[in-house]
Amino acid sequence: MNSDEMTPMERVLTSLDHEEPDRVPFFLLLTTQGAKELNIPVNDYFSKPDTVASTQIRMQQKYGHDCHYNFYYASLEIEAWGGDSIFYPDAAPNCGRPIIRNVEDIASLEAPDVYDSVHLQKVLKTTELIKAHAGQDIPVIGVVMSPSSLATMQLGMDRYFDLMYASTEILDELMSVNEEFCVQWANAQLEAGATAICYFDPVSSSTIIPPHIYRETGFKIARRCISRINGPVATHMASGRCLPIIDDIAATGTAVVCTSAIEDLAEIKAACNGKVSVLGNLNGIGMRHWTDKETEMNVKEVIQKAATGGGYILSDNHGEIPYTVPSDVLMSISRYVKKWGQYPR
Amino acid sequence: MDTEGFPVHIFENALLSLNRVAAKNIISAEFTGDNAFELIRGIISPALERIGDMWACGEIALSQEYMAGKICEEIVESILPEESPDRKNMPVIGISTLGDEHMLGKRIVCSFLKASGFNIYDYADMGAEDVARRVKDDGVEVLMISTLMLNLAVGVKKLRMIFNKEGISTKIIVGGAPFLFDRDLWKEVGADAMAVDAMDSVSRINDVLGVP
Repeated sequence: MNSDEMTPMERVLTSLDHEEPDRVPFFLLLTTQGAKELNIPVNDYFSKPDTVASTQIRMQQKYGHDCHYNFYYASLEIEAWGGDSIFYPDAAPNCGRPIIRNVEDIASLEAPDVYDSVHLQKVLKTTELIKAHAGQDIPVIGVVMSPSSLATMQLGMDRYFDLMYASTEILDELMSVNEEFCVQWANAQLEAGATAICYFDPVSSSTIIPPHIYRETGFKIARRCISRINGPVATHMASGRCLPIIDDIAATGTAVVCTSAIEDLAEIKAACNGKVSVLGNLNGIGMRHWTDKETEMNVKEVIQKAATGGGYILSDNHGEIPYTVPSDVLMSISRYVKKWGQYPR
Repeated sequence: MDTEGFPVHIFENALLSLNRVAAKNIISAEFTGDNAFELIRGIISPALERIGDMWACGEIALSQEYMAGKICEEIVESILPEESPDRKNMPVIGISTLGDEHMLGKRIVCSFLKASGFNIYDYADMGAEDVARRVKDDGVEVLMISTLMLNLAVGVKKLRMIFNKEGISTKIIVGGAPFLFDRDLWKEVGADAMAVDAMDSVSRINDVLGVP
């Protein structure tokens, strides 16, 4: 690093202040790629917090992106609630059968204590180890599922919709339990060394529920949760659309929004209008087959659309790079961000 | 515009506003006891097709598409019970998530197909080997695969290999998020077609069976 070069932390913070840093910051949100990096099974990889931490550090050094990511997989939270995950050799684990079998069980549902959960402790340990290495130079991004998104794993999406339309009181009861868990889980990660929290809320995206229902549900929940999370929050729609609710998302108190590859990044940036920063939106699934030329074109395009004036972090659109994306493509993304992402533009 | 004088637009609005009673009343008012398929073709399918299009271009949300399908499924079940002999000429359809625990897409496709008069063999989250065996036993003509997970979408390749090895001629139609984010993925995995939304499934079934 030469003396004019910013640290990843400086670069990211400058951009989040809606100013232009030395170059466009980029986050490679790598999870199962760590198992591939070590050529070990995905379940083995996520069983050892020190392995996850050291591989995050190794991958950040390899690709030169501007964050560490403590995220394991979404259904880890469900494991803490007594559910299970299904592991695959070449993908992120999937959530097993819903843990709430009968809606009547919601009345007696109790959230796990974050500090007593062996599952969540692994993430906290990973966070501590990464933080010890990163210090103040590289941001460590923690992750929580929003109470609504957690509920879709607890219930199954169809029963979530049925409750959303038919029985808001029961759903409110579940949200109340999930909110407490979400806030405790986010703050535990911040205490362990996370710099910011990525609040995954795909259920609130306009892909999944209509904007008017979001304003009555996910918006109010997010505003309450974010006000109690003791650090900056980025809201991630995990490939879902957010343009129709962008002003509402900004009003939740979030600092960043990540949108879908199916939305136009320039429109999203314009709609954010300096109120929140934008993260995204390279197509992670398409990335599996990108040639070097396509990678350059896609990186250049998102930079052209969103980088001017800061307030932008380049990333994929789902919050997780698929296992099957080749390392060469990730190296190319890194190279082309550095080539085309220099400021002033 | 309404089809053949049927109140498609009013029916569509009833579905989108989740007015189950109004939607049922519209169909009941037109039902004569032996015109179920006429109502499906004239009102229900066109409305679901428009709702499917609206979902595909981001004008409505998945929850609205899900509820519309569910209401229509109930209505069709009331005018055309599963055991009705009128269903016997419909092609035999199977559906699975191929191991994916995300069932919503399958549920919506099932609703839309049932609301279009099809009977469905639901293979839930069975893996490729079990699905292939059941498809053969049940004489399924078209198998719908709905997945959310990329790795399971790619798993259709294995199903195709089994079909080829076993000489199973059943057509495979795929759908779900991975196929929407990579529009060539359906060819990569050896499917016969992809459906961009639940109602598109009906058109694709007709395409792969060569029905005009």
